[in-house]
Amino acid sequence: MRYLPKSDSERRQMLDAIGAGSLEELFAHLPEAVRLQRPLDLPLGISEYEIVRYFRERAAQNASGYASFLGAGVYYHFRPVLVENVVARGEFLTSYTPYQAEISQGTLTTIFEFQTMICQLTGTDVANASMYDGSTAMAEAAMMAVRATGKGRVLVARSVHPEYREVLRTYAANQGMPVEEFGYLPEMGTLDAEDLERKIDDLTAAVIVQSPNFFGAVDRVREAAEVAHRRGALLILVFTEAVSLGLLQPPAEADIVAGELQSFAIPPSYGGPFVGIIATRDRFVRQMPGRLVGQTVDTRGNRAFCLTLATREQHIRREKATSNICTNQALLALMASVFMTVYGKEGLRELAAQNLSKAHYLASKLKPRFCGKFFNEFVAQVQGKTLDQMNKALLKKKIIGGLPLQRFYPELENCVLLCATEMSRRADMDAVAEAFA
Amino acid sequence: MYPENLRYTKEHEWIRVEGDIGAIGVTDHAQQELGDIVYVDLPKPGTQVEQGKTMGSVESVKAVSDIYAPVSGEVLEVNGALAEAPEKLNQDPHGEAWLVKIRLSAPSEIDKLLSAADYQNYIGAEK
Amino acid sequence: MIDRVRPHLVINERLIFEHSSPGKVAYQLPVLDVPAVDPAEALGTESVRAEIEDFPEVSEVEVVRHYARLSTWNYSLNTGMYPLGSCTMKYNPRVNELVARIEELAWAHPYQPEALAQGSMEIMSRLETALAEITGMDAVTLEPAAGAHGELTAILLIRAALARRGNPRKKILIPDSAHGTNPASAAIGGYAVENIKSNDAGMLDVAALEQIVNEDVAALMVTNPNTLGVFEEHIIRVAEILHAKGAFLYMDGANMNALMGIARPGDFGVDALHLNLHKTFSTPHGGGGPGAGPVAVKKTLEPFLPVPRLKQSGKKWAYDYKRKHSIGRLRAFYGNFGVMVRALAYILAHGGPGLRKVTLDAVLNANYIRKHLEPFYELPYQSPSMHEVVFSDHRQAQKGVHTGEIAKRLIDYGFHPYTVSFPLIVHGALMIEPTETETKRELDRFIQAMTAIAEEVDRDPQLVKTAPHATGTSRVDEVAAARKPVLRWKPA
Repeated sequence: MRYLPKSDSERRQMLDAIGAGSLEELFAHLPEAVRLQRPLDLPLGISEYEIVRYFRERAAQNASGYASFLGAGVYYHFRPVLVENVVARGEFLTSYTPYQAEISQGTLTTIFEFQTMICQLTGTDVANASMYDGSTAMAEAAMMAVRATGKGRVLVARSVHPEYREVLRTYAANQGMPVEEFGYLPEMGTLDAEDLERKIDDLTAAVIVQSPNFFGAVDRVREAAEVAHRRGALLILVFTEAVSLGLLQPPAEADIVAGELQSFAIPPSYGGPFVGIIATRDRFVRQMPGRLVGQTVDTRGNRAFCLTLATREQHIRREKATSNICTNQALLALMASVFMTVYGKEGLRELAAQNLSKAHYLASKLKPRFCGKFFNEFVAQVQGKTLDQMNKALLKKKIIGGLPLQRFYPELENCVLLCATEMSRRADMDAVAEAFA
Repeated sequence: MYPENLRYTKEHEWIRVEGDIGAIGVTDHAQQELGDIVYVDLPKPGTQVEQGKTMGSVESVKAVSDIYAPVSGEVLEVNGALAEAPEKLNQDPHGEAWLVKIRLSAPSEIDKLLSAADYQNYIGAEK
Repeated sequence: MIDRVRPHLVINERLIFEHSSPGKVAYQLPVLDVPAVDPAEALGTESVRAEIEDFPEVSEVEVVRHYARLSTWNYSLNTGMYPLGSCTMKYNPRVNELVARIEELAWAHPYQPEALAQGSMEIMSRLETALAEITGMDAVTLEPAAGAHGELTAILLIRAALARRGNPRKKILIPDSAHGTNPASAAIGGYAVENIKSNDAGMLDVAALEQIVNEDVAALMVTNPNTLGVFEEHIIRVAEILHAKGAFLYMDGANMNALMGIARPGDFGVDALHLNLHKTFSTPHGGGGPGAGPVAVKKTLEPFLPVPRLKQSGKKWAYDYKRKHSIGRLRAFYGNFGVMVRALAYILAHGGPGLRKVTLDAVLNANYIRKHLEPFYELPYQSPSMHEVVFSDHRQAQKGVHTGEIAKRLIDYGFHPYTVSFPLIVHGALMIEPTETETKRELDRFIQAMTAIAEEVDRDPQLVKTAPHATGTSRVDEVAAARKPVLRWKPA
């Protein structure tokens, strides 16, 4: 086996040193009844060449060479070359969690920069070193609000990503944390503040809204925040399309921001691994889940960084921890950091503006279902044919159309969610418009 | 080391009672075990605390220790200086670094607490 | 030849923000092929932000140098051994990285039509099958994003199964040697945690367990081999005790590296376990993630697995979302697919016999270290070691030197420290797991370093107490960091 770096004679020497007759003898203490009495039913090991071939064959069974207008939480943005260049470095790729600060300053410094950029981007005071993804970040944010307010109920807008809401329900199920939903305005595709007003009460810990929301609409975060704060609840702002932050100002009224950074140079990778964030105000820092990196000095007086405020975490506080989370997504946070650094202040704005222009071009050729303001996604309704027919026609042109919404919203019959980014070409958008006609 | 005018708990808190007011802190032994203290989490004034129940926590870099109320009562005052300077708990645990002052609701509970000598014996035996 | 302490490489570098200068850029976008839209008009003036204050403005060259320089401040598996107990820091095969980056896999959208994702679905199915075989379980979900996430999933599965029987029960039993994630996960699953003490052999006390298990107990969370690297020899009896009272046996699979092809949790009574693909199955740690924490279960728990489930419809793969007993979703989409690809590549490379050899060598390495370090460090539990060994600093503590300090001195010898002060049941623990991918030469170097440090503790304890000495960054002040947290950069 090529990954096992020992010769049989070395194994023999080691066994002699231990005083064992054979490798099997090292397992002699295992009771007979627990032992597997046959070989594992798996094929023999294969060569590197065969491994590559196997995966290329699988890849060939997936879509290849299609233009895609899918978004809905996972976005196609160009990945700057430098990103791969950085994360392929073994020093980042193969290092462990930076508990040993003296030999982990590389990772610690990049996380500190990451935390800083997330704060700048979201207009918050403090951000953690990352969460698994946006959906779990949102669930953790809700738990955080429950801790911070001492209340239990959570209200989430139906215009929040449906799968994020499912995750929230799974997490909340056994924590005495009732989750209820409030609606959206059928013409606007933005949250229904009156419905929120009806459903909120003084036991509500958090109101969760997404902007741009699942329909791509810039949602009425301030209105929701006003209602939430009046009843002593926190406002959790969720985002799935981080590029929108190049143009959109996250409202200062948000108490916690939870989001997904896949748009920042993380390959869609069929849904993961991604990287979530939680950012908040200084006063909630001790309620935060996940790792935090802080600045300090070494004994020579030089600036240095280390993991800090770890007493919130599971390895110290065990069942009283703020979360069970142990890993963060350091390598993916690094990809996002390189992306943010490459685009920078000017670039992120220009990138967002291009996304806005492309999506509005596509929308101008179709008839958006909602009349709210939108960023790079919007809902369109097919008329005079079925969605299925239309999408099949597009596939023939090597175009993957939008996401049919009826699975998540039964009332949105024949509706698709379409996304255009800086990668969408005008000719493909024209083809989509044609298929709708 | 352990002042005679304080009473102690097996969870390493102390209390100094004057009239029906008690000042509560953690013992020198507790601060030594924890090491450099970096944060103190205390109840707000007005909170009712109950003898033997947690009322807050003290943290070092890698450990958290719950603080148990030595007696029951209402929190009157919190030592705000500790928020800025938690290191005072390492420097003067039985004096300047008191945690909270409470109004005792059941003064007889004091009788269940350890004297300085008993506490010293107790931590001696624990070692 | 003895390797002496030498200084580590240091290249000065500032924070990226400190390189910023207005107008510098590292990007160029294509010319827009559609009419430009005015953001204020499209989004509303009130929604459009002013510039992102203090966001970086740097050139491409600076980006390259910045990260290249920072990378030199990291120790990594590429440069040396990580004897981290419980973490299984094994070699990360490079072919795994290549296949995970194949365009049609890496750029597949989770919502692309199932007919255009058959390759991805086939990979997931094949991995599920392989993990079920390795663990001796009936069904596997790949959805959990990490080990702790897998633990939570398993607890929710157990809760759902018990609730369906009429009573979710109240508490979860956890040995005092367990990982901190275990109690934290149980708490999120809505359970009270009862800690149980290990016996003198470092194992579960079967007699005591028998007394504790009653109708209030939902499950026992056991790690096997446990965090002392000791196989729970009475595990079958433990399972019987739980099952007799209608409770479940959950296993933390963090230490599967000690069992592959030797023993299967499914065969010794485990009802549910999670695996860490980033430990046993070699996916790189990346400085702290991403990982993946698949959960394998017996048939009784299968109806409750998270949605969606893969199902075969004709010759095609499809997703089944309609499962009425499912606990729901643990995360959006299907899990950390990119990590699954790497793990499957690892399993394919080894095959059945190869995985067994992995375990044999992992256990050989741990026992080799144990044998050579036993004369110098206290071994608190004499039970046979599997893939890791736990010493204590008892002898060194007499000289005032503790495990954390010995660990820092190890850095000077060019090694990452072992796991410090864990498991909690060993006072001053040194937890060492070499994994199978270290050469004899590297193990010998490690042993030399550890023996040299033991000798330094006798001769010059202060040298050890103030380590590391050879690193670019000396001991950092963690107390100051925690007392006055500075969690982001701000302009001076």
